[in-house]
Parts: sequence; C-alpha cells; structure tokens
Amino acid sequence: MAEYVWPAAGDRLHIGKHISRLDGPVKATGRAKYAYDVNRRGMLWAIMVQCPHAHARITAIDTSAAEAMDGVVRVHVIQDVGTEIQWAHDEIVAVAATSEEVARDGAAAVKIEYEVLSHFVNERAVDEAPDAQPAQAETTGDPAAAMASAPTKSSGSYHVAQIAHCSLESHGQVAEWQDEETVTLWASTQAISGVASQLGEQIGIPASNVHVETQYMGGGFGSKFSVDRWGVVCAQIARDTGRPVKLMLDRDQEVSVAGARPSTHAEVSTAADADGNVVAWDSKSWGSGGPAGANSPPLPYVFSFENQTQMHTSVPTNTGPARAWRAPRHPQACLVTMRALEDLSHAAGMDPLDFFLKNIEKTGERASTYVEELEKGAELMGWRDRWRPRGSATGTVRSGLGLALHTWGGRGHRSNCEVLAYRDGLVEARIGSQDLGTGTRTIIALVLAETFGVGLEQVKVTMGRSVLPASGASGGSTTVGGVSGATRRAALNAVDAVFERIAPRLGTEMANLELKNGQLHFKDGSTAAMPWRQAATLIGVNPVSATGANPGPGQLNDSGVGGIQMADVSVDMETGVVSINRLVAVQDCGLILDMKLAESQVYGSLIMGVTYALTEERVFDPHTGQMLNPDMEFYKLAGIEDVGEMIVHMMTGPGYDERGVIGLGEPPVIAPGAAIANAATNATGVPINEMPMTPERVLAAINGGMA
Amino acid sequence: MRAFEYSSPRTTEDAIRMLSAEGAVALAGGTDLLSLMKDGAAAPSRLVNLKAIPDLTGAHETDGGLHIGATTRLGPLGEHRVIRESFPAVAQAIAGVRSRQVLSMRTVGGDLLQRPRCWYFRAGFGLVPMHDGASMAKTGDNRYHAVFGNAGDAVFVNPSSLAPPLIALGASATVLGPDGERSVAVEDLYRTPASSDESEFTLGAAEIVTAVTIPMRSSSNATYEIRNRKGFDWPLAAASVAVSDGGARVVLGHAAPTPWMSAAAAGALAGGISEASAEAAADAAVADAAALSGNGYKIQLARVAVKRAALAAM
Repeated sequence: MAEYVWPAAGDRLHIGKHISRLDGPVKATGRAKYAYDVNRRGMLWAIMVQCPHAHARITAIDTSAAEAMDGVVRVHVIQDVGTEIQWAHDEIVAVAATSEEVARDGAAAVKIEYEVLSHFVNERAVDEAPDAQPAQAETTGDPAAAMASAPTKSSGSYHVAQIAHCSLESHGQVAEWQDEETVTLWASTQAISGVASQLGEQIGIPASNVHVETQYMGGGFGSKFSVDRWGVVCAQIARDTGRPVKLMLDRDQEVSVAGARPSTHAEVSTAADADGNVVAWDSKSWGSGGPAGANSPPLPYVFSFENQTQMHTSVPTNTGPARAWRAPRHPQACLVTMRALEDLSHAAGMDPLDFFLKNIEKTGERASTYVEELEKGAELMGWRDRWRPRGSATGTVRSGLGLALHTWGGRGHRSNCEVLAYRDGLVEARIGSQDLGTGTRTIIALVLAETFGVGLEQVKVTMGRSVLPASGASGGSTTVGGVSGATRRAALNAVDAVFERIAPRLGTEMANLELKNGQLHFKDGSTAAMPWRQAATLIGVNPVSATGANPGPGQLNDSGVGGIQMADVSVDMETGVVSINRLVAVQDCGLILDMKLAESQVYGSLIMGVTYALTEERVFDPHTGQMLNPDMEFYKLAGIEDVGEMIVHMMTGPGYDERGVIGLGEPPVIAPGAAIANAATNATGVPINEMPMTPERVLAAINGGMA
Repeated sequence: MRAFEYSSPRTTEDAIRMLSAEGAVALAGGTDLLSLMKDGAAAPSRLVNLKAIPDLTGAHETDGGLHIGATTRLGPLGEHRVIRESFPAVAQAIAGVRSRQVLSMRTVGGDLLQRPRCWYFRAGFGLVPMHDGASMAKTGDNRYHAVFGNAGDAVFVNPSSLAPPLIALGASATVLGPDGERSVAVEDLYRTPASSDESEFTLGAAEIVTAVTIPMRSSSNATYEIRNRKGFDWPLAAASVAVSDGGARVVLGHAAPTPWMSAAAAGALAGGISEASAEAAADAAVADAAALSGNGYKIQLARVAVKRAALAAM
C-alpha cells in the first residue's frame, strides 16, 4: 500500500520549483476560450433591463415594442409588476435576440414604470440609517478599568470604503439544451459542481443533467459561487426558445450588482502598559455591503488582548449586495487593527516593529512564525536602518515605513480525482475542479508528474467539467490543498495499480518496483531500469484507473498561516498623492508546490491591495442611489506604474514543509492596505485612517480635517 | 445602438456638406464619440469621418506659427521637433494622457472638442443635470467637479488635455463651416451652457475645427497635472503656464466648465518666474475659487498645479 506523504526535500522532482503555468501560452495567444468566447450555432444574445432606482416598486411593464422588433426572439420578465426592488441596476427583464445589437435595442425598448420609494445609500452616516442593526458587545476582561489605569492610550476612527470585485471577465454564461432534460452551461464560475446542483434545482431537472464547463476564468475573487439569477434566466430562455443563449453582464452591472466588499468604519480606543504591552481594546464598528448590511469584521485582528470589547452595527443599504471578497472581512479588520496598534505604538514612543514583537505572543499559535517573518521582512526592507519616528520626514515629498500582520486558514476542501495511466505512457488526472487563473491546472499536473516520477509533458489534466469527479468550490484558499491531496492520493494509488498490473508481466513483485526520474526501477537490481514509456506498454489497451480523495489517509495539507507585509511609501504633502516605493511580503503556506505560482499569488495580491488602498471605491449618488462610477474610468484600478517594487519571500524548509499544503489565495491580499496606511501615517506625521487613500482624503488629514 | 450612416469624404468641402444633414456628427479618433454612442449618450444619424482628408493632418511651420492639422494624432504630435523644443507645455500635456491606445488614436481636434467626463452626464442625466429644481451635481457627489465658474447650474469640468497649453501659448483655431472659414482664439471655442439643451462649444452647425496654430513666440512654458493614478487617469487638476516678453498666461484644466484662464495668476508672473512669483501666481489663481460641497481639495490641487507648472517653466 502506498504511503500517503509528500516526497522528502531531497526527492522532489517538481515540487517547490519555479514552474510556469501550463496554460500561459494559450491565454497569452488568445486560444484559451472563456465563457464569453463560446459561440454556438444559432445562438441568441440576451441583455437585461436594469432598474434605475435604488428602491422602487414595479407598477407596469410593457414589452410589446421590444417583442415587435425584428430579431427579438424572446422577452423574459424576470421580476414582475408589484415586486419591490432594493437596489439600482437590479434585473427586471431579459431580451434575447439574434445579435447583441438587436438585444440591446430590444432592451432599450422595454418600458417599465416604477413607484419610487425612499432609499438609503450613505452607509457612513450610521445615525441616519433607517434600519441599523447593532449587535451585542462581545467583551473579555474589564477593558474600561484597564483603559483607565493604563499609562499609554490612543484612539482613532478608521474607515474602509465599499469596493467591488470588478473581475475582468464579467459574470455570465452560455446555455444550450441537448434535449428536454439536459443542459450545458459554459459559465464563468468558481464552483462548477455547485452550480450544476443549483441550476438543476431551480429549473426542475436532475443536477446530473446539468453539465457545467469552465476551462478558463477571468477572475472571481469570491463573487462567482452561485448560478445566479442570470444563469437561471439564461437557461430558461434557452429552453423556451430551443436555442443556445449567451448572457454576460456588462461592466456597469458587474460592479453594481455582481459583488461588493462591505465597508467598515470603526472607532477604536487602545491602551498599553509602561512596557508597551497592549492591555485594552475597545472598538465600535459599523459597515454595509448592501441590503443585508455587513457582519462584524474579526476585531481585534490577529491579536487577542486580556481586556477587550467590540460592538458592531450592521447597516443595510439600497445597494447591490455583498459577496465574499477575497479573505472576507479580513482586510477591513486588518486596517482597523493595525492602524490602531500603530497609533498606540506611536503613543508609547516605540518603533512599531518592536511594539508588534513585544506583543507577538498575543497572536497565539503562530507567534513564532510571525517573529521569523518580521525579522525576514525587516531585513528585506532595511527597516532597522531606515525607520524613523512618525513625522520625522521633511520636505514636500516624504517617505515612511509601515507594517501589518495577517492570518488565514486555507485547509484543502473536499475533492476527488481519478488518475488514468495509458500504455502510451500518458498519465491523466480527471478532476471536477475549476482553475480561476491561480494555476490549479498546473498544480494538478505537477503533483501527478511528481508522483509518477515523469516530466510535465507526460501528464494531462482534464478538468473544468461538472461531470468529472466532484471537487469543491474554489474559495477561501481551499483549492490547492484539496486538489493536491486528491491528486496525490489518486496518483499514488494509480502507481500501485500500474505495478500490480505490470509486475507479473515483468516476472517480479509489485513491491520490487518504483518510478523515479522517468524510469521504472527494480529495487533488487535484478533488472536494469527501463524508461517509463517502455514500461507503460505493458499496461495493455485498458488504461489503469485509480481514485483518490481529500480529505483522506495521511497528512497532505493543513490549515492556518500568518504573514507579514511592510510598505515603503512616499506622500506628496502638497497634493496628497501617495506613491508606493516598495512592498515586502513574507508569507508562509506550508509546503509550496510551485514556487513561481505561489509568488505570483502574492504579487497579484499586492497589486490588488495597492488598488483598494489607494484608488478603488464604489461611489453612490445620494439622489438616485445609483452607483456613479460603474465603469473602469472612475472605478479606479491600479496600473503597473502604481504598484512600485514588490519583494516576495516565501517561508520554506523545516517547520513549514512538513505541515503539507496550505492555501494562499486569500492571505497576502489582507495586509497591503494596512501596511500602506501605516507607512503613509509614518511619512506624513498625521494619521491616515481611510481607504482608499485618495489625494482628497490624504490632504484632509494633512490639513487637519477629519481623516 | 441607433443605426447610422457613415461617410468618409476626401475634402473639407465635402465634409462640411455631409455634416449639414440633421443629426450628422464629425468623427475623428473616436476615443470619446464611440464610447458616448456605446453608452447611449450620443445617437448620431450620420458619422462623417475626417481622418481621410489629407489636408487635415500633420504639423508644419508657417509664417504664422506651428500649424497643426485637426486630425493629427496626439502621439506623433508629442514627438514633433518644434513641440519638444519650443512648446514643452504641449508635450507634457500629451505625455499626461498616459494611454498608448488613446495617444495613437486621439486627434488634436478631438481632444479640444471631447465631451466632459462628468458622471451625471455620462449616466444620461445631461450636461447640466437637475434634480428637484437644483443642480444635481451641486447637491450630489461633486468630488471631480468645478471649483471655478461654478456659480450657475453647470459644474462639469472641461477635460481637454491640449486646451490649457494651447490657450497659454496663444494658439488660434481655424474653424470651417458652410459660411466659410474663420479664425478664433482656442479659448473662444468654449462656453458655459445654462442648460442641458445648450452646447459647451461655440461652433455653429456643420462647423469643424480644421487646424490650430501656435504662434512661434519664444516663451517659458510648461504643463503640470495632478492625478490619483500614475497611469491612465483624468487629472484632478492641471495647469499650463507660458511666460514671454509679451506677457504671461496661466490656464487651468479640469477646474471649470471651460478651460480657465487666470488673469490674476498671469499678472503675478508677468515680471518673470521665480519661486516667489510662482507662489504668488498660485495664490492669485485660486483667490476666486469656490468649493462645492465635496471638492474643496481641488482648490489646493489647482494652486499646486499652477505653482509647479510655473516652476517647471522657469
């Protein structure tokens, strides 16, 4: 029986190396087909009519003009007269036509009347919220008493704006029915298996008759777990018309209704003893991600203090609803906590690096990891030589340093894999997972190749279809652990199954065989090693098949990481423009399967972090409740010139490798904003407490206004 | 999208004739017009392409100055020897566009005549959007709106990259229409509309800009822009300064419904540029600025843009 472990450090053929993603070339050359690229014979285009009001009741719908138009095949009412609409851009009617242009004209011809109701979109004004929902305070110890007697105190209010996911590939799909009971959905989704079940349920056919396919995806970040109303509508129109239908969201819909990260606003008081030990935390926070408000961010973040209390108020608003945004609630909690603690370190007259180290035991079981990472980060940033107390910088453009800590789980999800070994030497993994662009396909291939001891050209990954062995949704950094565990186990089982089949044909025992560096070896040395491809011919016409699952025997993955990030920024004191000079990210994630992909995840996270730190926010019009920047012109994403130099260091070796694989999608996106805000505070000498740190807000802080 | 006719004349005479039809609109680089059409904010019945008219493109020196055809692309113009050597204010404004795609398509005329980026306008509420009898932008979110010339209901900002430096350099525009040709100062292309029914340009029906001419007057000139992002992003403030023996000009962009000329700032620089006069010009430039509910920071940015443009020109 196979032993379900990862190979030891000296025995790794691929694991831990810098391996480029296998689908890079097809993506770079445009041969990779995304959902939007799927075009079927006789396909219709569907466009959705959106509600212009943030809160309204539908009083009349007249589709006659649209229905009369040449080329319009179907007008589908999604929400009928009498429905109360809770946010602008909500979908009311879908028009399907023979071309995208006709569908747009048809949508424009639909007449909908509304009774406009009062709306609330200014979630920052918690006192004006009609339906604010305060939760009970959660208290440990006696924060008030600890605060009263402590020699060092600090307080501040910290703000994180609501942002969107703004995936480059918008939500949507193409639906085509094979017969009355069977439909195929080419969808942009993070959950092919889950979407099949959801759609089957909603349109009344068995989940097994829904085939979902996602080979390539242009970003989801937590916003693409559901089949969504537009997925159901697309399938319904396809069924009603007997024709394939494409329905993709436009950019304005994408950023208005297809995902938001809740805002967080917090008033925080903290206190420390004479040695700089944090003794008390008190936070009152509120925030909104739409009609359901927002759950409390985990405050205080990473640290637990002996005396702490936190109270959160959820503020429902008439805005497009929240969806999980990469590391849900953590970036907000990180900004609030790390800014508040940096302020306390300043009050204590300490270098924040010393201050965080002083209090590091309060982070719990990852404390020693944080210490190692802080020391590594300090070395890469030159922190000890370069850090100066807040406000020391002079001149028009001032630079400063900041740091922040983060944490995440990332245990592998449930996943199944089938491995097939063919007599031509090809080894195939079949797995019902999707690759969000993170490199999942490459990870599966390299685990398979590693286990068979062959090159990557010798393996094939078949994935992205719901009919394959079920694998979990890709969210919460669970995919890499799930698919690597399932693939490793399936591949180890497949190696055994190959040996079982060919050993008799080689006149030896299974236990005498091993695969290494592309060769089949005889452990007893009785026979010279033979190339894998020659050995594989003995498999015969029926391929060998074996399966594996995660979780399963042996510890192949784990949960729980801690990372640190440091920022070096410059602030133009006259314009409030913040520029990133350098970002340092030091990250652990257990055993790293592909160093290049791991580093890429961190680079991508830093860029996303710079974006929400400096430029990105959803702006709502007080009059209409509509989003004023549902575009990529004023919904501002950072460009390559904005991100500065990025230095990524992955923790590896003893203490890390033996934990097995841990997810990396979320952790590194949590801390950039907090580190950048702390650096901007250190540079300017005034608290920079709001994200995004636009010139407007930074100037307000510098000029002594409310920050 | 409304179906439209497309014509591509070879002469300006044909272009003017084709533009005389109801609903006809001139198409140059299309970097603005096509997005307006896709957003439903413009629905012309006919597009008249100006890019196939040989006379309208390219820049060359004449007795009157540097003549720049209206369909000259911004990218090549920024590389032009005379622009680089004599008119850095123009080169810097072009460099500020940042996007290679836009630089290779946007034309001089199109840049001067692009429509405002006001988010109420782009969302279909009109150039002077009103809500319950009041200016929608004034009572709404106006973080990117005007800090000058905003006493009325129109509070959008002129987005042109080239207008501030061209006006600072005293450039004129050649306008051709059914009634013939006329020359106007670039600043006179603009007006502040009283309502969404009015245009923000002074061009008459079927009139087009065929060229701009920058007089070959020796000057110290520069443009300075302040943007949130370093890449492709609209400036939050922009200023162009030109100082010559004949006097000084200071023009602000993204500050008012029209390119905003500051006589007071120009006066402060008339005696020459120094650290002190740059500061004085900056103060003078914003002395009569007026913040809306949410754009007070733009006054400071306008001030800094003037100062830095002056210092860059020094």
